[in-house]
Amino acid sequence: MELLSLHYEVSGTDFTCAGEASGKIKKNLKELGFPTNIVRNVAIAVYEGEINMVIHGGGGVIDVEISPDCISIVLADQGPGIPDVSLAMQEGYSTAPDNVRQLGFGAGMGLPNIKKYTDEMIIETEVGKGTTIKLKVFVN
Amino acid sequence: MTVKQLQEKLELTFLCGEEIAENREAEGCYCGDLLSWVMSRASENDVWLTVMGNINSIGVAVLADVACIVLTENASLDEDAKKRALENDVIILTTSKNSYQIASEISKLI
Repeated sequence: MELLSLHYEVSGTDFTCAGEASGKIKKNLKELGFPTNIVRNVAIAVYEGEINMVIHGGGGVIDVEISPDCISIVLADQGPGIPDVSLAMQEGYSTAPDNVRQLGFGAGMGLPNIKKYTDEMIIETEVGKGTTIKLKVFVN
Repeated sequence: MTVKQLQEKLELTFLCGEEIAENREAEGCYCGDLLSWVMSRASENDVWLTVMGNINSIGVAVLADVACIVLTENASLDEDAKKRALENDVIILTTSKNSYQIASEISKLI
């Protein structure tokens, strides 16, 4: 049984809005009584996704489906795509510009963090078309 | 130890959140300025020492559930970051000391 579906749009230019979707999802999961570690894992994965959308993707959409045993997240943008996914998955590899690094991002931790905090991660990407990342966090 | 007790012992200055500092426990400490790194490695109820006082630091503090942010070496706090911190009950303190000095003092207290 599906408990709740959430949909968020992420601005492609505004860093100050990044964190809004993850903050709201965190609040929802807490209120639904999910364990603290699950709430934190989902929130971090979504936050990294939001930041990636702002830095690279020109904005995008986040869809979350919450059920008692699994939280499914789809992060979708219509940005430039990822030419080499295995390289992008390496900790420390980053193509972020200097202005982003000055804000404390662009350390090459985004995708590795998403993988670290989720149980399933599928990246569908096409250069010039965009990237969709499908994630699952199992509760038990 | 509460954040309030820590503030008194270390002579830190509140930038926001003083009214909730008595009820917030500090159980550890984490130093770092790369936000993704901090978000994935800082533990709940850590005192987070950083020079990053922008709005994204507040997002990281909320998601990682740190006890408070201590801006070391008088690093500045952006106005929009302060507003977001107040909205999200994030305690922020400041000090002229560097992260090493504060971390070594915290290690004697916690």
